[in-house]
Amino acid sequence: MKSLRRFFIRLANFATGQRADQRLQDELAEHFAFQVDENLRAGIPPTEARRQAAIKLGAAEAIREQHHAEQSLPFIENLLSDLRYAVRMLRKSPGFALIAIATMALGVGATTAIYSVIDATLLHPLPYPNPAELVHLEDYLPGVTAKAVGISIPELRDLQSSGIFQYVSIYGFGSVNLTGSAQPARIAFKPVTPAYFTVLGVNAQLGRTFNPNDATPGFNLEVVISDGLWRREFGADPHIIGKTLRLDNDVYHVVGVMAPGFRDEGRSTEERNTELWAASNFAADPAPPPLRSNRLRLGAIARLKPGLSIAAAQSRLDALVSSLAKQYPEDYPVQAEWTVRLIPLSEALVGNVRQSLLLLFGAVGLVLLISCVNVANLLLARASARGREIAVRQALGAARMRLLRQLLTESLLLFLLGGIAGFAVLFCARKFLLQLVPESLPRLNDISINWSVLAFAIAASLAAGLIFGLAPAWMMSRLDLTSTLRQEGRGSNGSQGRSRARHILVISELAFSLVLLVAAGLLLRSFWDLFQVQLGFNPDRVMAIQTWLPVPNDPATDPYRTATQEAVLLREILRRNRTLPGVEEAAIGNLDSLPLGHGRDDLNASPLIREGIELRSNQAPPIDTAIVSPEYFHLIGITLVRGRLFSGHDLEDTPSVAVINQAAARTYWPGQDPLGKRIRLDPTKPVWTSIVGITADAHTESLADDGTPQLYLSIYQRHAKDLAIFLRGQLDSGAIPAQVRTQVQSVDAELPVFHAETLDDVLSNSLSVRRFSMEMVALFAATALLLAALGIYGTISYLVNEQTREIAIRLALGAQRSNILKMVLRQGLSLAAAGAAAGLAGALMVSHLMAGLLYGVSPTDLTTFAGVTLVLTTVALAASTIPALRAMRLNPITTLHSE
Amino acid sequence: MIEKPDVLQGTLALMVLKTLDLIGQQHGYGIARRIEQISGDLLDVNQGTLYPLLLKLEHEGSIASQWGTSENNRRARFYRLTAAGRKQLQTETRDWEQTAAIIARFFNVKAEDLA
Repeated sequence: MKSLRRFFIRLANFATGQRADQRLQDELAEHFAFQVDENLRAGIPPTEARRQAAIKLGAAEAIREQHHAEQSLPFIENLLSDLRYAVRMLRKSPGFALIAIATMALGVGATTAIYSVIDATLLHPLPYPNPAELVHLEDYLPGVTAKAVGISIPELRDLQSSGIFQYVSIYGFGSVNLTGSAQPARIAFKPVTPAYFTVLGVNAQLGRTFNPNDATPGFNLEVVISDGLWRREFGADPHIIGKTLRLDNDVYHVVGVMAPGFRDEGRSTEERNTELWAASNFAADPAPPPLRSNRLRLGAIARLKPGLSIAAAQSRLDALVSSLAKQYPEDYPVQAEWTVRLIPLSEALVGNVRQSLLLLFGAVGLVLLISCVNVANLLLARASARGREIAVRQALGAARMRLLRQLLTESLLLFLLGGIAGFAVLFCARKFLLQLVPESLPRLNDISINWSVLAFAIAASLAAGLIFGLAPAWMMSRLDLTSTLRQEGRGSNGSQGRSRARHILVISELAFSLVLLVAAGLLLRSFWDLFQVQLGFNPDRVMAIQTWLPVPNDPATDPYRTATQEAVLLREILRRNRTLPGVEEAAIGNLDSLPLGHGRDDLNASPLIREGIELRSNQAPPIDTAIVSPEYFHLIGITLVRGRLFSGHDLEDTPSVAVINQAAARTYWPGQDPLGKRIRLDPTKPVWTSIVGITADAHTESLADDGTPQLYLSIYQRHAKDLAIFLRGQLDSGAIPAQVRTQVQSVDAELPVFHAETLDDVLSNSLSVRRFSMEMVALFAATALLLAALGIYGTISYLVNEQTREIAIRLALGAQRSNILKMVLRQGLSLAAAGAAAGLAGALMVSHLMAGLLYGVSPTDLTTFAGVTLVLTTVALAASTIPALRAMRLNPITTLHSE
Repeated sequence: MIEKPDVLQGTLALMVLKTLDLIGQQHGYGIARRIEQISGDLLDVNQGTLYPLLLKLEHEGSIASQWGTSENNRRARFYRLTAAGRKQLQTETRDWEQTAAIIARFFNVKAEDLA
């Protein structure tokens, strides 16, 4: 309390610049006068009286200093004067300051940029109350190598009554036709069980969300809409609650409007931008009967009971699963090994991006490290230039701690200025930089350059300044006075310690760059290999446009209830689209037939029941299934190997047929001829499908995985609601969407036509995260190489400067100029060799950590390692050549004269 | 400049407070003179060091000061104890007496007392 009061008074005095000097002078004068009077009264002669009074008072200057220190805050005053001095020193050598600040700006700016992405995607908690309680549930059947097989309604009920969760909810994601407005709109839509919003723990801004205990088996015809949809389609109508809207021909009424800030959970931006939620318990039409064998391909989230850890919940869940498996052995055959896994929702949403981001952060961290090392190197170089100044100050009595503090202030200022400059550049360029981030990155919209990012930038530069400024400051303040004063100004050899430190710095810089170069090289090769993959299909000049048919809750109201009914529509759509300008071929398929990265990848597989092998769907391995029209294969360039493809005669009332790819043949009928084999796909219908053809493998599921088993069905036999129209030809991608819309809507005016894209775009989007991390790491590696080259250039130049005299003497004594060149280059080469050796060791460790991000290249790929080492050595040699040439061209006579 | 040991600094502050408590309002010279009188020459302080200490005590709120006129008609700064200072003096006196008593007991112990 007392000391706090004292501190504030001093702080106030410091801030207002209030001085107590005059007061002290007056008081001391007064004191002195009293004492002299007293001495005079004691009979001491005047001169002696004054002298004794002065002695008794003590050293006036020291008292003044003490008094001043008490009046104000000497620590801050010193800091300020150090800062002033530091600014003066930096202004005196603007070249040095500029290079150092620019280097740090680069390092801190890049690190902060990546940090802002990580801050948004990995560090920010989910925007729901108690996000740690939220989990994602995934069902696995490891025995039949099936993951994410979806969940059945009885299982959902078991989970809900297990006592592990407060609420469990399952949900789908897709889009729905909102009709009645000017243009049928396709709205991002989630059918959810009524507990969905209760699980997330969010409420509506207007009206309410769903009642979590609602037991309506199918859709209860209530919808909740987003704030955006409310404003866009309903003009922010305050009386919206209770009003009706028509979705896929069914009439729903609005019960709630979510708050403007509410964002749905989901992996993709589309899913996070969901605008419409409808509640259903998925136990009645259009969902299949609620049997254990009917796994719904839906996502599942839950909120744990408060205080329950993920691990504890998982172990209770395991117990539940094994008791259920015993209770229903028919539904959970032992060999399928049914398991349910809990994943924290925050992790489930980020998924595999985490690894890429951590790699980027590691890479950018190395760049920061290299920038710091470079600046430390510059500081050390300046240490020799300023040795004399420091020595003189020390000789004049500056305390070592005081010098150290001042030097440290100088380097901290330098690092901080660099950091702030980097942040400023980042802030100004944020719009441009955000465009480089792939759209598929989760939580992309949350990325912002905010206070926490600024705090990170400042903390990073201060920490860097403290670590990398301390060593040079320490070395500078430890000068040997006499020898420095004697040497400096002549051709000194500098201090041994300092040049050793510089060597270590350069070597570590080279090593770090090598690690980055190896990482970039490996990623580049992976990317290149992916790009060169034999696709097995031909995306050239192909466009896909989506149109979705309504899925009414009552099948009886569906105009396209049967495949035969739908076939009429599809044939007409195809016929009309073939007449569009430039169109050479047209085909139609469901969304799963759209190559690469569409729909919920993990949920588009259906169980494959082979005749004579599996009896039930829970034992069956899941297979990716696409439903296509006969023209699809030719249009997309998938070739037939044996058997036949679909024809226009494979209809609903003819025997059901399927085509598989070679991978499926290899996997499920090893050593047999699959042609003519029979399978069942829908466990509820006793219809057998015969395999009539085998196609060549194509990378339609993922570029990285070759040989994903794939099954094709004919769309005229099995209709689909989520349709993609494929067109090949000389297409005008600007005009096609509108033309296709006109054609489709002239057949059925209620159908929405949306999301036109070329397959080339789809292909390049599917690589976007990979391309992003590859480009970033390559950029960082190039930066690192540049910085390392600067570092080695600086060090060799410095060495040459130090050895000027020696070189001149050698030349004067008749040394060959080429020998001088070799001598200097050898020094550069030995640094490069040491750096490369250390870097290779580090790169071996790092490359194994990133094995999961590589494709088609081993983490110890010899070509990459050798190539990168060669590049580094070449650059190091090139950087040493400039000072080496300077040394070679030295004129011994003028040099020795000037020394 | 040799720093005075903390004990002495602390003691000096206590002496200042006690002096002001005894004689009421007083200027710096008066305080120094009084301390000198009481402690004899045992405490041979540089009297000037009193002023930074007075400033510190004032910052801490134990004493207050104002300009006034001295007994021989000179302008001088007069210090007086505040209520907080009086309280502080009381606690510190008690602490000091306790410490002194304990130390005294230790010094008075003879070997046979412990037997």
